[in-house]
Amino acid sequence: MATQTKSQVQAAFFQTLKKAYSFYTGGFVAFVILLAIAEQMGLPRKWIGYIFLFATVGLYAGIGILSRTADIAEYYVAGRRVPAFFNGMATGADWMSAASFIGMAGTLYLTGYFGLAFVLGWTGGYCLVALFLAPYLRKFGQFTIPDFLGARYGGHIPRFVGILAAILCSFTYVVAQIYGVGLVTTRLVDVPFEVGVFLGLGGILVCSFLGGMRAVTWTQVAQYIVLIVAYMIPVIWLSVKHTGVPIPHVVYGKVLEKVTAREAELIKDPKELEVRKIFAERSAAAKEKLKDVPKAYQADKAAATNRLADLKAQNAPSEQIKAAEGAIPASVDAAKAAYARDAGLAARSGPPLRHAEAFPGKDDQARDINRKNFLALILCLMVGTAALPHILMRYYTTPSVKEARQSVTWSLFFIFLLYFTAPALAVLAKFDVYTLLVGSEFSKLPAWVAAWQKVDATLLSITDINKDGIVQLAEIVIGGDIIVLATPEIAGLPYVISGLVAAGGLAAALSTADGLLLTIANALSHDLYYKMIDPHASTQKRVTISKVLLLVVALIAAWVASQKPADILFLVSAAFSLAAAGFFPALTLGIFWKRANKWGATLGMLAGVGITFYYMAMTQPWLRRVFGVQSSIADNTWWDINPISAGIFGIPLGFVVIIVVSLLTAAPDKETQELVDHVRYPHLRGDIDTQAT
Amino acid sequence: MQLSQRHQEYWNKNLVMTTVLMVIWVFVTFVIGYYARDVFSFNFFGWPFAFWIGAQGGLAIYVVLIGVYAWYMGKLDKEYDVAEGDE
Repeated sequence: MATQTKSQVQAAFFQTLKKAYSFYTGGFVAFVILLAIAEQMGLPRKWIGYIFLFATVGLYAGIGILSRTADIAEYYVAGRRVPAFFNGMATGADWMSAASFIGMAGTLYLTGYFGLAFVLGWTGGYCLVALFLAPYLRKFGQFTIPDFLGARYGGHIPRFVGILAAILCSFTYVVAQIYGVGLVTTRLVDVPFEVGVFLGLGGILVCSFLGGMRAVTWTQVAQYIVLIVAYMIPVIWLSVKHTGVPIPHVVYGKVLEKVTAREAELIKDPKELEVRKIFAERSAAAKEKLKDVPKAYQADKAAATNRLADLKAQNAPSEQIKAAEGAIPASVDAAKAAYARDAGLAARSGPPLRHAEAFPGKDDQARDINRKNFLALILCLMVGTAALPHILMRYYTTPSVKEARQSVTWSLFFIFLLYFTAPALAVLAKFDVYTLLVGSEFSKLPAWVAAWQKVDATLLSITDINKDGIVQLAEIVIGGDIIVLATPEIAGLPYVISGLVAAGGLAAALSTADGLLLTIANALSHDLYYKMIDPHASTQKRVTISKVLLLVVALIAAWVASQKPADILFLVSAAFSLAAAGFFPALTLGIFWKRANKWGATLGMLAGVGITFYYMAMTQPWLRRVFGVQSSIADNTWWDINPISAGIFGIPLGFVVIIVVSLLTAAPDKETQELVDHVRYPHLRGDIDTQAT
Repeated sequence: MQLSQRHQEYWNKNLVMTTVLMVIWVFVTFVIGYYARDVFSFNFFGWPFAFWIGAQGGLAIYVVLIGVYAWYMGKLDKEYDVAEGDE
């Protein structure tokens, strides 16, 4: 070994990994095929769910146990020897969360062109990672993102602001992942949500707790393979079914044309118009009642009571009488809630969205607002992607700057595989719904409709509004999450594929949760404890503290997730805007502008996060309630920007504040300027060494 | 340490390349996005062009952009003798 160079050792390591993961992929495919055969031979569905859950989580736990470590460089950065290719895969799994795997195709289904903002934003951000951050952070070569802020800007204040921002965005994000884990586990095996959350938590903890970054990396590679296989199989199947070609990406343009033609029919269809009119009328009536709730309540109560008496007098069937009893409003409050719900039906009285149309709107002004928000959202998601600490941290784990650059390419390639499939899935699923479901008879609905309606009515509900016995598009309410989860059933695939898709969703949520928990625990143990409180702590003590903190953070996150907090999706998107405004200006200027100094960076980060948060608090309904904001939303919006894209104000302000304050205060010392030169060049002769070991 | 003329040249070339790639990035994302309704709404194998860019083409271009950068910088490292050694 001693005579081998670093690159030879690394090449041998790469070969070993390649062999191990090829073997693993083959084994996984064989496992799925065996289960499929067992299903044909009569293995009950419930068993398939259990086998998938325990086999995959057991596997991840096994990798975690094999990779256990107490070595500090192994624990924080996987020993800095993860080859570019595998780091790319691990980053892919780290990046793609439950929202990407389950939610993305659904968002595209529901919002059409607008949903592409997520596809573009969550991939294009990697260009910023590659060009502005990854190679430089790798050269710097420490353990965390606050490490860089601390070293570049000097002193504890920038580091501390960095710790706060890292925890703020990672924690909201991890809660959403654990929530996703609970959701999938509940679907896969029939347990209560809270039990699902803690079952999944076990799977997360064996990995990150025992082996830190090292275990998380190798598990994430395994999870990526599971999730990409699970995502592709149903889409390819659907594509073969509709077009006869197994590569959906090439051919779904033709399907999109058919969907567009079908939309034009459905927009004018008299039966559709009839249903939409019923909704409009109901909504108008409810709005009228909302003007004087007590009066409407009295009138409705009297009418319903009379009807009940009539039915009883006629000796009507018992279910009719029961229904009439249920129709009597219980209290003024109950009546008010029902009116408010009905008033909301106005949303269903509009024509269906044209999937391929960019920026729909009733007039030029509405279209313009739509476009502005589309572009602003893309920017926030992109810059946010390039500022999320759990992703940036991954580029500390490659053996060299060169591999860090290549690794970003591989990361985006592996992410791209899923992201360019999601729009195809959305269109194919839409085609099925528009042509097979719409126009079918209520008495002959496929079995999966009833099954999903039973699971959760917000995911799918079809009611015969105009009582013609035929399904109209306006009569279908569909939740985004169902698109991925129910595709195997919509396409008529065996149940084992449904199990596989759920296992894929679980892999996506678990892998992201692992990376996030590690980021938070490291920010606390490494940055806060070791760098700021006790710089003399032994390495043994640092790893132990990190593990304990990981456990504590995980339990708190699981507890928050089990409370099912409202607006969890908003919180996740908010994390992007906050990270974008908080980190991106300070990190990039730290590398590209030597003059940026401590006070500029500190105030810039605070100003960026501050204004982003302020705008959200003033315009987002849930936050407005939390902070008791009274003034109207319309008065508080700036240029009609949605709260989700609040980073659009925070990012430029962050840059401006850093530049102005830096120029007003003293330039950073010579050492700091040399640090900047140091990170800019992969290798300088006679240079300082900042790498932490 | 003192940086040489060559080092400065390396950094400038890096900045030029970064700028060029960012211009393409801005065009693909924001220019095509801005004119999605008018200029870029022509039919492209069934997709409206802007839709196709948002769903597939743009992502592929991003992958290529990063790949080109990694390749170019790897070459530049060697040319300017700042590549990492094999210790």
